[in-house]
Amino acid sequence: MDNLTLIGAISIFTAGITMAVGAIAPALGEARALTQALASIAQQPDEAGTITRTLFVGIAMVESTAIYCLVISIILIFVNPFWNFMVQQAGG
Amino acid sequence: MTLTPDEIILAQWGPLRLNATIVFTWIVMALLVGGSWLVTRNLQTGPTLRRRQTILEGIVVLVSAQIRDISRSHNDRYLPFIGTLFLFIALSNLLGAVPGFQSPTGSLSTTAALAISVFFAVPFFGIRNQGARAYFHQYIEPNPILLPFNIIGELSRTLSLAVRLFGNIMSGSMIGAILLTFVPLIFPVFMSILGLLTGMIQAYIFSVLATVFIASSAGPQDRAHPADEPPPPAPISSSTTTDSSATTDSNATTKGTPTHG
Repeated sequence: MDNLTLIGAISIFTAGITMAVGAIAPALGEARALTQALASIAQQPDEAGTITRTLFVGIAMVESTAIYCLVISIILIFVNPFWNFMVQQAGG
Repeated sequence: MTLTPDEIILAQWGPLRLNATIVFTWIVMALLVGGSWLVTRNLQTGPTLRRRQTILEGIVVLVSAQIRDISRSHNDRYLPFIGTLFLFIALSNLLGAVPGFQSPTGSLSTTAALAISVFFAVPFFGIRNQGARAYFHQYIEPNPILLPFNIIGELSRTLSLAVRLFGNIMSGSMIGAILLTFVPLIFPVFMSILGLLTGMIQAYIFSVLATVFIASSAGPQDRAHPADEPPPPAPISSSTTTDSSATTDSNATTKGTPTHG
């Protein structure tokens, strides 16, 4: 395998792994937050508005790690800097 | 396939580039400013209001009530900034469903600019509310050892604000584009509808987080003491506030015994 193939293969593999791990962990965390919020709403329906708003904000915070993973895997697949560098070197 | 509208360059004069992000941002700005100008040109008071004015008042009252709820303060000093953020992000996300329109929030430049304006709004409101000394003292609380961590927190939350909005909107439009290549018939429509929902939620989350950041550094004297402070001034359309107060009152009376978990 030459360098270009190696970079391509590792980039694709890493993008998949990044997305897999980065989806599992925030999903677990968000599920915990959601179950807790549902339990709280069932216990105190008066506070549903506040709980829902806080839940949205918290879930957005938790989800930001998943978004980071998504951005990194998209960069690795579509605008991979190492790949572009190697292609430029091979071309020039 | 273009990742962001930054890559579509429409014109170039030397080092100055006019890319699609700037053009679509101008379109959104023109829509917001022009629409507001059209509606507020001749405002009416009285029992009969025009429909457009009612819509605009509804939006303003809604945003104002949310900001008061979150920041627990009875004034509207955050309303211009937060409301502008919310309207701009919401409109540009919603217009992303229009064919040919690329959301300016799908570009990291736009979201970084919005996040940086929040970054500077935090010390602005903090210093204006409680003075420079009290504001900067927050950075060495509870312990001067935590100073670097507080600064890192400021920077990282700005980064995450920018990347969260960018990632959501960009991934939504990119998933739509990818789906168009192999299931072009019906399915991308559902992803577009999901994109509308995501766009509104992201606009809401961005403004809520900005409010939380600003209000958390605004100092304790701005916090609510409902007994001490005068009641909030009567809103323009009193329906929402009376409804909410009525529901809370009825809930309080029907609640009866407190529940313990």
